[in-house]
Amino acid sequence: MTSMNNSYGQTKRAYAVVRNTRVSMPLLLIGIALVILAITLPWWGESSWMREFVEISCYFIFAMMWNLMAGYGGMVSIGQQAFFGFGGYTMLVLGNFLGVNPFVAVLFGAIAAGVVSLPISKIAFRLQGGYFAIGTWVISEVFRLTFANISSVGGGSGTSLTALRGIEKATRESVTYWIALACVVGSIVLVYGFLRSKQGLALLAIRDNEIAAKSQGIAVGRMKLAVYAVSAFGAGLAGALYFVGNLRISPDAAFSVNWTAFAIFMVVIGGIGRIEGPLVGALIFWALSKFFSDYGTWYLLGLGLLAIVVTIYFKQGLWGYVQERWGWTLFPTMRKLQIL
Amino acid sequence: METILQGLLLGGLYALFALGQSLIFGVMRLTNTAHGDFIILGSFITLTLTALGIAPWYAVLATLPINWLIGYMLQRYVLNGTLGKDPLPSLVVTFGLSIVVQNLLLEVFSADPRSIDTEGFNTMSWALTGDISVGVLPVLILILALSSTAGLQWLFNHTSMGRSFRAVSDDREIAELMGLNARRVYAQATALAFVLVGLAGALQGMRTTVAPADGPMLLLFAFEAVIIGGMGSFWGTLAGAMLLGVTQQIGFRLDPGWGIWAGHLMFLAILVLRPQGLFPKTRG
Amino acid sequence: MATPVLQTNGLKAFYGDAQALFGIDFELNAGELVAIIGANGAGKSTFLKCLTGLVKSEKESISWNGQHIGGMHPGEIVRLGLAMVPEGRRLFPSLSVEENLLMGMVPQRKGPWNIERLYRMFPILKEKKNLPGTSLSGGQQQMVAIGRALMSNPEVLLCDELSLGLAPIVIREIYNAMPEITAEGMTVVIVEQDVGMARNVSQRLYCFQEGLVSLKGESSELTREQISQAYFGV
Repeated sequence: MTSMNNSYGQTKRAYAVVRNTRVSMPLLLIGIALVILAITLPWWGESSWMREFVEISCYFIFAMMWNLMAGYGGMVSIGQQAFFGFGGYTMLVLGNFLGVNPFVAVLFGAIAAGVVSLPISKIAFRLQGGYFAIGTWVISEVFRLTFANISSVGGGSGTSLTALRGIEKATRESVTYWIALACVVGSIVLVYGFLRSKQGLALLAIRDNEIAAKSQGIAVGRMKLAVYAVSAFGAGLAGALYFVGNLRISPDAAFSVNWTAFAIFMVVIGGIGRIEGPLVGALIFWALSKFFSDYGTWYLLGLGLLAIVVTIYFKQGLWGYVQERWGWTLFPTMRKLQIL
Repeated sequence: METILQGLLLGGLYALFALGQSLIFGVMRLTNTAHGDFIILGSFITLTLTALGIAPWYAVLATLPINWLIGYMLQRYVLNGTLGKDPLPSLVVTFGLSIVVQNLLLEVFSADPRSIDTEGFNTMSWALTGDISVGVLPVLILILALSSTAGLQWLFNHTSMGRSFRAVSDDREIAELMGLNARRVYAQATALAFVLVGLAGALQGMRTTVAPADGPMLLLFAFEAVIIGGMGSFWGTLAGAMLLGVTQQIGFRLDPGWGIWAGHLMFLAILVLRPQGLFPKTRG
Repeated sequence: MATPVLQTNGLKAFYGDAQALFGIDFELNAGELVAIIGANGAGKSTFLKCLTGLVKSEKESISWNGQHIGGMHPGEIVRLGLAMVPEGRRLFPSLSVEENLLMGMVPQRKGPWNIERLYRMFPILKEKKNLPGTSLSGGQQQMVAIGRALMSNPEVLLCDELSLGLAPIVIREIYNAMPEITAEGMTVVIVEQDVGMARNVSQRLYCFQEGLVSLKGESSELTREQISQAYFGV
């Protein structure tokens, strides 16, 4: 029976809330197959591939976290690199000075970044909108200058990760690669799961209309803090991972605003507010850097122009455009009301 | 004592950095992350003019209308399209512009720091008392900062252009109902702000060396000055700039690596203790 | 028969995908005072916003003295001589009373209205001319809003919900100024919640219901029942 009459004589339709799109199931299976294939890479692939994968994973995770904050949390930050660098330095300190296995320290770096974001948020949340963005940049500069003045980690010129010295190169690279793979899959699962949950729905409500959300009883402040902390955790994860791969850290590299610049680029080109966005953007970014980064300043200039053009003319980013044209969604989080 | 004096003079320069941003944000709630880079662009424009043989002070005068035009075009054709409730488009576009400007300057001028030749003017100084002397250029900068602040305040309060700025910023829809073309008003505001940006750039280039990558640092100083001073008030921005300059100078005195860091910390402290700034003007 | 100074033909209006007006036919002749009534959400304010260009509409659906003006920029429309007193007053908070009034002069139209005359009509405004516009009482703000519109010396004045949020005695005071406004032939359209007031001051009346005209006619001839029916749509 598809319709019933209630006591007022009005018809009530049966309905279902539908989430998956036509494309998502087959693509999910393909994705799982790719991951399984990727796990086996160290046995048949070149070591340079693994190094590149680690690097692009860091960019991707960082971009996804930026996307979570900006696209879903409505907080645009130019200072997430503060947590990226903090995660990296924490990992280094734990590895070099406290004898913790650096691979394990990656997780601790992420946790440290998440924790430090809590008091930082008290300062950052004093500002809104565009000024929040620049404020986060100032905070990240404070981080940079602070670490540049700590001589035990090399001050301004940085230092090396000595804790991995004893490990054979091939092993080190394989383990780093697997950790990177795990981090990528883990962060996708984490973010996707979060967005499909009730909390995720609340987040979308806040993004669309904060005041209305508050009036519905959603704890806006707590949600924003949660997003900020999760994003910081992810940034710290990316940072710790990056410097495990890179083996050398310095304040300028760790806290460079370029991390956010690239993240913004990836997310904007790919499409903000969607999980697939950073994925598509990261792939495009990687491809562009492979072919054009030799051109140095012209390459960066081109990136900047591309970001400007896409923002003005393709507000949804490239994946967003695809989604609108053909309705594809890899990671469906939108709920559609289907009248049965 | 001398440190504080130097700080105030530095604050004058920071005020010139910040006034343009205060104006743009006040009128259209736009945050231009490329603000500092445009200041540096201004420096390089003046530099180019002097390289073409124009005497430095005439070059500064010539640079003002050039910057006015840049600001007008930028707002009219690029930034107007990014205005709206969402701060993201304007942030991304101006961020992109920052990268474009920096790399363009790098390509044309290379990364070497340069300075505008003032034929010795920038080293002249006055002796105030036995121990304390102040540079003539910094004092000139301070005077220009004070007059710019007064000028902007007067413009806002006593001219029809100022009224249109305030009206459009209050309620764009009703301002258009009254006959104003908001897009043109925004372009006028940005153009005016860019005159200050150009002036600031030229003076920075005279006072010290400039390099293409210097922009972001100046942006942060300008932004800090505006926040410390409190939004909505030009005199507040001036005060904020002064405070920032003094704090930095004190920091420099204690240890050369701490100057800018001290400024940042003071800014964060104000943000925590008095987030509305020192002299905020409340908007109705 | 003279061309109506303002006319709409099948005017439709949308807010994004939501349709607010489904085809309004409306006519306004020079010197008239026409009232538009209707429940909340009927589309009255949307209609005025279409006339003034704040909401986009088809070019041919609105005519001004025979000229198609649908979709024109608000600035151009006010220069033609169509001014509006917006719903909720909407004074500029950063401007003083006098500055708010001066904003009306932007279109630079010539005519009998100037600031001295406004101060004579609403003396309290002269007293408070340097205070921020929004620091005045609701009724006084309404005077400023009306004055601001009059300063552009319009041919047609649109008034959106003048009585909204005001006490009855203040409403009467505002409407007492209406004869002076219309004395020199100003054409006026009022959108009103107060049906009684609307019937009293207007010659003709339109009733909107859910984006369509449900009733129109001479104010003196329409009965209470007719209006009730048209208003509520039952």
